[in-house]
Amino acid sequence: MFIYTTPVYRLSLALQGFLDEQFYQLEELQDESSPNFVEEVVTLFFRDSSRLMANIDQALEQCPPDFHRLDKFLHRLKGSASSIGAGKMKNECAGFREFCSEENLEGCLRSFQKVKKEHTILRQKLENYFQLLRQVVPVDKATRSGS
Amino acid sequence: MSSSRGGNGCGGEGERQIHVLAVDDSSVDRAMIARILRSSKYRVTTVDSGKKALELLVLEPDVNMIITDYWMPEMTGYELLKRVKESSELREIPVVIMSSENVPNRINRCLEEGAEDFLLKPVRPSDVSRLCSRIR
Repeated sequence: MFIYTTPVYRLSLALQGFLDEQFYQLEELQDESSPNFVEEVVTLFFRDSSRLMANIDQALEQCPPDFHRLDKFLHRLKGSASSIGAGKMKNECAGFREFCSEENLEGCLRSFQKVKKEHTILRQKLENYFQLLRQVVPVDKATRSGS
Repeated sequence: MSSSRGGNGCGGEGERQIHVLAVDDSSVDRAMIARILRSSKYRVTTVDSGKKALELLVLEPDVNMIITDYWMPEMTGYELLKRVKESSELREIPVVIMSSENVPNRINRCLEEGAEDFLLKPVRPSDVSRLCSRIR
């Protein structure tokens, strides 16, 4: 049986700006039969999203840009972000898609910078989060060592 | 492609365990839907395309339900649904469509084509529980 230490709980609260309720759905799906589920899905997300963002980069460099193809990549990126509860990233992707549908290249480029920034911040915060979780002390060890 | 078994629960028990084929080109969403289904004790096989789904359905005749993403490259979930419903061997298998977009025309089209249900992503365990009673 594990407990959340105060620092983990505080970090969890800090993450709320970046993560929405869907992230807690992920945590609910983690149990003894799938003890690393959250980290596994997050790892898949960053692998998938990094590749999609590289594709988006290439699509934006084309002259003229292929907005149709770009929209497909964005749909996928937004979907993955939504699935893991990356609320801020999801919203930035939605804004990016609006510019894409208008074929507004400048808007797309600005949006993409925001998406990349959110992606980097989220990766760092989640890496910190998982590192902290690994430091969580089991209840029985805590009571033995504390007294 | 991956599969696993479980014990008692919504998905059945022992030899009566319900086998679900989950189709999604997104590795994140495949992991999510597989976990949700397995936590409800369904036996789950996942594939990343409609083409692979049709290949598997030929090889494994014990699939009790198909749950598929709508937007996939090459073959959409709608196209997969149509192929299943046009096949005399497969048409009885319930097909559930998932999509991140709430487009009424799309939903109606899928239901008219014979989809059992249409789930909005991100899919929740409560969505899967709702399917339980229909798949027996």
